[in-house]
Amino acid sequence: MVLPAGLAYLLMLLLPTLAAVALAFTDYELGLWPPAWVGLGNFEEMAADRGFRSSVRNTLIYVGIVTPAAVAGGLALALLVEAGGRGRTLFRAVFFLPVVSLTVAMASAWQYLLHPTIGPLNAALRGLGLGTPFWLTSSDWVLLTLAAIGVWESIGFNMVLFMAGLTAIPRELHAAAEVDGARSAWDRFRLVTWPLLGPTTLFVVTISMIRSLRVFDTVAVLTQGGPNKASEVLLYTMYTEGFTFLRLGYSAAVTLVFLLVVLAVMWIQMRVLDRRVHYG
Amino acid sequence: MTGIAVTDLRKRFGATDALRGVSLDVAAGEFVALLGPSGCGKTTLMRIVAGIESADHGSVAIDGRDVTRLRPASRDVAMVFQSYALYPHLTAGQNIAVPLAMRHLSAWQRLPVLSRLLPRARAATRRIEDEVARTAEPLGLAALLDRRPGQLSGGQRQRVALARAVVRHPKAFLMDEPLSNLDSALRVQTRREIVEIHRRVGAATLYVTHDQTEALTMADRVAVMMAGEILQVASPERIYADPVDLRVAAFIGSPRINTLPAEADGHGLVRVAGRVVGLRLDDAVAGPLTLAVRPEDLALAERAGDAPLDTVAEHLEFLGDGLLLHARHAAPDGSPLILRAAPCARGVLPGPGARLRLCMPAGRVLVFRPDGKRVAARPLAAAHVPA
Repeated sequence: MVLPAGLAYLLMLLLPTLAAVALAFTDYELGLWPPAWVGLGNFEEMAADRGFRSSVRNTLIYVGIVTPAAVAGGLALALLVEAGGRGRTLFRAVFFLPVVSLTVAMASAWQYLLHPTIGPLNAALRGLGLGTPFWLTSSDWVLLTLAAIGVWESIGFNMVLFMAGLTAIPRELHAAAEVDGARSAWDRFRLVTWPLLGPTTLFVVTISMIRSLRVFDTVAVLTQGGPNKASEVLLYTMYTEGFTFLRLGYSAAVTLVFLLVVLAVMWIQMRVLDRRVHYG
Repeated sequence: MTGIAVTDLRKRFGATDALRGVSLDVAAGEFVALLGPSGCGKTTLMRIVAGIESADHGSVAIDGRDVTRLRPASRDVAMVFQSYALYPHLTAGQNIAVPLAMRHLSAWQRLPVLSRLLPRARAATRRIEDEVARTAEPLGLAALLDRRPGQLSGGQRQRVALARAVVRHPKAFLMDEPLSNLDSALRVQTRREIVEIHRRVGAATLYVTHDQTEALTMADRVAVMMAGEILQVASPERIYADPVDLRVAAFIGSPRINTLPAEADGHGLVRVAGRVVGLRLDDAVAGPLTLAVRPEDLALAERAGDAPLDTVAEHLEFLGDGLLLHARHAAPDGSPLILRAAPCARGVLPGPGARLRLCMPAGRVLVFRPDGKRVAARPLAAAHVPA
């Protein structure tokens, strides 16, 4: 029983991962065999490459916008939908729709909505007498626009997670808070809801961070990292290096950096925060 | 001065009537137990008094003030929940401090960092900590204040919940089956502690329970509730000895009170299986009746004048401090009867299958109409017993 499972794990997961790690220390390009060992050469190149640095910066900005907005927005929606009572199922389905829809397909809808001249968004802004930015083609706006789409994509998922967390809070605690003198909704939120959502929030933050770190398809479909690398993100860099320029060694090194960032996020979750949200 | 006054409360959940016009007064400083089987509406009544639930009809007054439309926070009540409902992320001390902090600190002063910077908040916080320590001390919680509820035993959590309820000296004190999650030894001990706390705090207390021992041992008065109605409110002694409804008689007492079908004849004489049992109704209306008599009031017939019941012994239970003899009335569809006797009666009581004559002292027999209501009945003088 153990042997087939172990074999599958070895063949499907461990070996490919180790191969990718090994490739990161070579100058392997597709078709050029054998690759030469370059040690930390790829990483030195990365550190010196302004394109890579801006890709890291863009990724961090994107994560820095999408994670808090999607977490706070998901929590706010969950609280509103829970408080509303009626139409709960409908709202849950509506907000969850972006999660199950295909990003690539939705991206073309966004492209139309955000089109500078024929898009309805700018038409509305024009009607209000406001400016009409080039949402996806101006380097000032493109990252914000992608972040907004990113929030739209994951807010429903977070809402569903928070709703599950809310139903797990004993109703007696809210009653106790009322009797104890928590008059305002804010008092009750601070005293009961927020602390008891701790484990859920931690999970949602981690998931949102990792999901937004992995942003790729909207960039690939809508901007291809442009204009002028203003929306270049880590995974898109990895993709272009590996599959456009066929520099698989360098691409593997980018992947390794990405992997380390994801592992660091998970480590922080497990080690530091986990202890503060579970009340033994 | 009434502590809690509840007037004609009605509440429906869908098609079921949880409360059908309930009225109840708890005097200031009085301890009233609300006793009833599960699902009788007693917890609903308590939640309406607390303001957690709203009634469809009726009013609630606390300390003479109508609070029917007020939020729980404005009612000056404290409540101990069956599940204790402690805040799991706060220590025992912080849990006890919550009602004080909510009342005496503003939202700004309650923020963890800011409260240390504002001198006013610091002074208030210190007063609150003193009050928490004063409340925790007599409950034996002084050493546990830094622990979280998850690190406390069931009994300790229960005392933290009690401390949180009494810490701000509420006008009314509500307890929802606070002992039901404790083991039996702890329950007996905590029963006494709650009564002592009540005496010290002196607030009007409404105590919901399904356990008659708790109700009878702790309360000044017991309100027996069934199917959304309060059937009787009286002292524990009267509830036991003088129930006004057959359901009250049957609910209180263990083993259950014995019941026998009977009928009243045109003269108001009570007959069991056609035989006069030495009781006369005050108003001579003929019709079916139910007699009820406590197991400890049944006895083996010795004298002819006792109007004995012919029964067949079924089996004998030894309880340590007593004996229970299970018998059956020797009539078609005879009712089961239980007799409680002292343990020394073992040799006297017959074995299974034996014929046995039991008598009920007429003065201890309770008589009920078919609708369950008690009717007044008087024992006949022995000389007047017709044949």
